Amino acid sequence: MLSLVRKRLLQLVIVVFILSIFTFGLMKLAPGDPVMSILNADEMMVTEANQANLRSDLGFDQPVYVQYGKWMHGLLKLDLGTSYMSGKPVWNEMMERLPITLQLTTGVLLVMFSISLPLGIISARYPRKWPDQISRILALIGASIPSFWLGLMLIYLFALKLQILPSNGMGSFAQMILPTFTLGFSLAAVYSRLIRAGLIECFSKDYIQAGRARGVKEWRILWVHAFRAALLPVITVFGLSMGSLLGGAVVIEILFSWPGLGSMAVDAIFNRDYPVIQGYVLLTGVFVVVVNLLVDLSYYLIDPRIKQGKEGSN
Amino acid sequence: MRFVYAFFIKTYLTVMKMKNWPPTALLGLILLITIVLITAIGPLLIPNDPYMANMAERLSSPSLTYPFGTDHMGRCIFSRIVIGSQATLGITVLVITTVILIGIPIGLVSGYIGGRVDSIVMRLADGLIALPEFILAIAIAGFLGPSLTNLMISVVLVKWISYTRVVRGIVLSEREKEYVLAARVGGCTTWRIITRHLLPQIISPVLVLATLDVGKIILIISSLSYLGLGAQPPAPEWGAMLSDGRPYFQTFPELMIYPGMAIFIVVLSCNLIGEGLRDKLGEKSI
Repeated sequence: MLSLVRKRLLQLVIVVFILSIFTFGLMKLAPGDPVMSILNADEMMVTEANQANLRSDLGFDQPVYVQYGKWMHGLLKLDLGTSYMSGKPVWNEMMERLPITLQLTTGVLLVMFSISLPLGIISARYPRKWPDQISRILALIGASIPSFWLGLMLIYLFALKLQILPSNGMGSFAQMILPTFTLGFSLAAVYSRLIRAGLIECFSKDYIQAGRARGVKEWRILWVHAFRAALLPVITVFGLSMGSLLGGAVVIEILFSWPGLGSMAVDAIFNRDYPVIQGYVLLTGVFVVVVNLLVDLSYYLIDPRIKQGKEGSN
Repeated sequence: MRFVYAFFIKTYLTVMKMKNWPPTALLGLILLITIVLITAIGPLLIPNDPYMANMAERLSSPSLTYPFGTDHMGRCIFSRIVIGSQATLGITVLVITTVILIGIPIGLVSGYIGGRVDSIVMRLADGLIALPEFILAIAIAGFLGPSLTNLMISVVLVKWISYTRVVRGIVLSEREKEYVLAARVGGCTTWRIITRHLLPQIISPVLVLATLDVGKIILIISSLSYLGLGAQPPAPEWGAMLSDGRPYFQTFPELMIYPGMAIFIVVLSCNLIGEGLRDKLGEKSI
């Protein structure tokens, strides 16, 4: 267990290092001069002198590796630089917006699991019967529909036609429904199939067959014997969904005008506010790696076979 | 470059040899062929100039002259969707081809030669895979600046990783098998082993991966275009059309329905084919 944690923490460090080089490199490669864009944003006369001043203030006149070293040194102290646009530290800005994105993603996860779990269980229980076919069609639709378009159509139906739900803004429960359902549906459709596949594999195991042969009731097999083993695919799905969740959140935040991390990143892109984009990419990368680390660790708690060093069921 | 022809012929045979296609996959195939035909003869089909603004006719309802109505600039929505399919399909084909041309060779070399090349490639892939594809694409498009070319570059940079990983995985398990060892003993060069013996092994997984990815790439491109990071107006790209029409959505929702429908149908047909291929070729892991 401890050696795994150590190994994965080392991996985390490597991933963060590669991400940092990647984002730093992209920032250096990016076309356009950030110095000019800051000066232009102030709408003042741009002179050679204040260009040079700002350039040395930001450290742009030093060699690239010195700039990287300085940036990395700041990074270790959670100093991601200051936003070109607002002039506030990037870290503070991200922390202000993080709760909003977390609120959205938690809601989406709730919707996702409350749709995909029952759907996955029923279609694994009755494979190739009509509940399974319905969930297959839903999965196809969910994987093919652009989430922003689904959101627009839901806004059209519930906010404009029926006028029962608000179309944007955040804070109240009613305002949570459309955004969380939009993203939750697309994800649930896809992941219910993964849950189904995991459950079907688990149903074919010998101990389940043995239980059936001994005349154990079907619901007991499902909830007592299969459930624990079936937690593994569910947790795997949770880890896998992180990527689509955070990516989808960007579009949903823009669509429903939530001032979260995703809309911050998109605004930053249009303003060429590189430190903010950099911070966002790093934060998301670290977040995904940490969640996947936790997912791996939870396998150990659930499946004693992995703890004993034998090959797990996953 | 005879191995390239051999590769294409083998791919063709792999698809043609499949019997009993599931009806859903056939439906997808028919849909996709129809869409490709419409794209090809698009300029002959459209009733109006997709770029011509006509302020007198703005936001008009569907009629004989404008089958899907007009947008906020009085442009024919139907014509724009038909012409827009060229942008969407063209970009996607270009992107997926580039991804395959980059991903497969790196995977083959990294898997077969191994050693330092392999570990560098895999560390790079590990670092990039930590980021969700969509966010990586946003980041790259963001740093390079919003434009269609940069969007394509960013999707390519994101997507090659999964091909390299799949190809590398197969090569790792194949290179120890007897036929490869026999080829080596028989004096085949590394180049010949890779192109003649290993390349054909990866056809069916790459075929499945690519068909399923076509849908995903269309979704990524249209989402990023919707955010304003891709095709710039007045280009009739479907995602950009949706983003263009957003301010008029409340009064004129028809503006948003048809381009989204178009995206949905194309992606759906690719996914139907992809699922059929996956079941038929037995590539469950993808």
